[in-house]
Amino acid sequence: MPQVKILEEVCKGCGLCCDEVCPVNILVLSPDRINSSGYHPAEVTDNSKCIGCGYCFKICPEPAIEIYK
Amino acid sequence: MAEKKLMYGNHAIVEGVLAAGCRFFAGYPITPQNEIPEFMSIRMNEIGGVFIQTESEIAAINMLFGAAAAGKRAMTSSSSPGISLMQEGISYIAGADIPVLVVNVVRGGPGLGNIAPAQSDYFQATRGGGHGDYFTITLAPNSAQELYEFPKIAFELAEKYRNPALILADGLLGQMMEPVEFSYKPFDPETLPEPPYALSGCKNRERRIVRSYDLKPGKLEAWNWQRQKKYEQIVANEQRFQATACDDAELIIVAYGTCARVCDAAARMARAKGYRVGLLRPITLWPFPSNILSALAEKTDHFLVVEMNMGQMVDDVKLATECSKKIFFHGRPGGGVPTPPEVYGKIETILGGAR
Amino acid sequence: MKQLFGRPAGLTDISQRYCPGCGHGIVHRIIGELLVKLNIRERTIGIAPVGCSVFADEYFNCDMIQPPHGRGPAVSTGIKRSRPDCIVFSYQGDGDLAAIGTAEIVHAAARNENITIIFINNAIFGMTGGQLAPTTLPGMKSTTSVQGRDIKKQGYPIKVCELLSGLDGPYYLARTAVDTPKNIINTEKALKTAFTYQIEEKGFSLVEILSMCPTNWGMTPVQSKKWIENTMVKYYPLGEYRNRAKEEK
Repeated sequence: MPQVKILEEVCKGCGLCCDEVCPVNILVLSPDRINSSGYHPAEVTDNSKCIGCGYCFKICPEPAIEIYK
Repeated sequence: MAEKKLMYGNHAIVEGVLAAGCRFFAGYPITPQNEIPEFMSIRMNEIGGVFIQTESEIAAINMLFGAAAAGKRAMTSSSSPGISLMQEGISYIAGADIPVLVVNVVRGGPGLGNIAPAQSDYFQATRGGGHGDYFTITLAPNSAQELYEFPKIAFELAEKYRNPALILADGLLGQMMEPVEFSYKPFDPETLPEPPYALSGCKNRERRIVRSYDLKPGKLEAWNWQRQKKYEQIVANEQRFQATACDDAELIIVAYGTCARVCDAAARMARAKGYRVGLLRPITLWPFPSNILSALAEKTDHFLVVEMNMGQMVDDVKLATECSKKIFFHGRPGGGVPTPPEVYGKIETILGGAR
Repeated sequence: MKQLFGRPAGLTDISQRYCPGCGHGIVHRIIGELLVKLNIRERTIGIAPVGCSVFADEYFNCDMIQPPHGRGPAVSTGIKRSRPDCIVFSYQGDGDLAAIGTAEIVHAAARNENITIIFINNAIFGMTGGQLAPTTLPGMKSTTSVQGRDIKKQGYPIKVCELLSGLDGPYYLARTAVDTPKNIINTEKALKTAFTYQIEEKGFSLVEILSMCPTNWGMTPVQSKKWIENTMVKYYPLGEYRNRAKEEK
């Protein structure tokens, strides 16, 4: 099973990965969490749905996303 | 005895550059130095070096930046307006502490000026020339022989101090034919060790960065102070000059390059008439040979600075002598070349009429 | 667990100073991956531009040089001719490449210099604060065209791929974008092709990449990627503009 990992401290909360990128729609910007740079980082709503396509990683400018299997 | 050949000054530079182990030339045509790229294109082809005729002097100096940052000896040549275009690149190269050789066959200015010999780029050469605090080591040959020999000296100084070096010639020196003795064994560039800054791919070592910027607070200031220390070393160690009959002189002419040749003849005329006239020829314009001038000012009352401009090096003579003695100036701007009788006339006026 | 996707070894660990949603980071990641995948990291010399990506000399994990604004192609030429075995890439923005460095890029392309140019087109000057770029679209607002680019006063944008495809010299020219996963995958392919041609000593390759600048466009990152899709791509069509390998077949 693929697993998405968000590097919260690296994420700048741009939201590119959260908008029409994830085919299974499991990424959102956290409404309440704030990292030490002051950004709301992306978070995974349901890792069990991840298909490991890598789209979120590819569009992440940092990259603040890692995908494992 | 080493081989001797009758050569144009501009061709002598080419042979000197190649003998110094330089295998990279990039440049753009401009009179009166076109014989350099023309001859260089033939010679680089013969020996398997790189010759690039560029789209501009801006491209040329930046190709040098690349080649020299890659650890190779690299040179360009141009004339005054082209050197102005190169100033941006020279500033970056100085800021990145990279050695290159730039030859300026100076012509009349400002603007397009003319193609006659001049020394009007003295300030530009000796004050840095572009933006920021920096200096370029500047050598002033006065013969085809020196045009052959100085590229080697310039590369060695440039590499020793990791700083751009300039050779300041003029149209007269470049276009003149003189015998040149190939006085040293050509240097094989393959024997050069890779410099510590050289970009060559980071295999088996830490990666390297060549740059001239640092935005971290205080870092650039510290870096500039470090470079200032290097300049102090150059000033302390590398002042070069030729002094002729200066020891008992009542008047010393200070002149470099073409002007020094004219003044040498004028000084002989004066000595034949009973004037004790010496000639001090700066060979390095930066660092300026201030130490010898300061020493000579202890015992000499009159200095006459002769330049093919409106008076630029005269400022350095005044600084070196701390204005303690009378400093006279004779100049010919805009491509004018003084004659020996003209300079002799000036000597006569200063020293109080015919003897 | 095996890592499928993560920061490539072609990038350093330094965190990049780009604004949130900026496209530079996406392109950096692709280059960083290619340095490893093509096994060229240890013989690559990169050129950082002047502009936001001036700091690219800290981000790419290979030898780097930072030359004057716009002069990347000339510096690349000097390096490549001195060290033909090294892989040389010049990373440039639109002010750097299409304004101040126009002469250098045109002549490097005309010489078919064996180098790779990565050209980021975000239609604006980023680092200096959003001024009109040579690529700013007609009607597009910038801090020096507050009413929008007026073609009567400021002329038309420069289409770099179209301009260079008028030359015989270049071997490979392509325009891609980083607004969607599909376009990013195409960018990965184009950059791989560009580097591969250099490795094969084919000559000059340039990939123009349409990239987001949310800060200076006055948009959110998500609005920015949609603006590329809906507006920018129409003015700057994506695709290969020159591929001599295909022409020669």
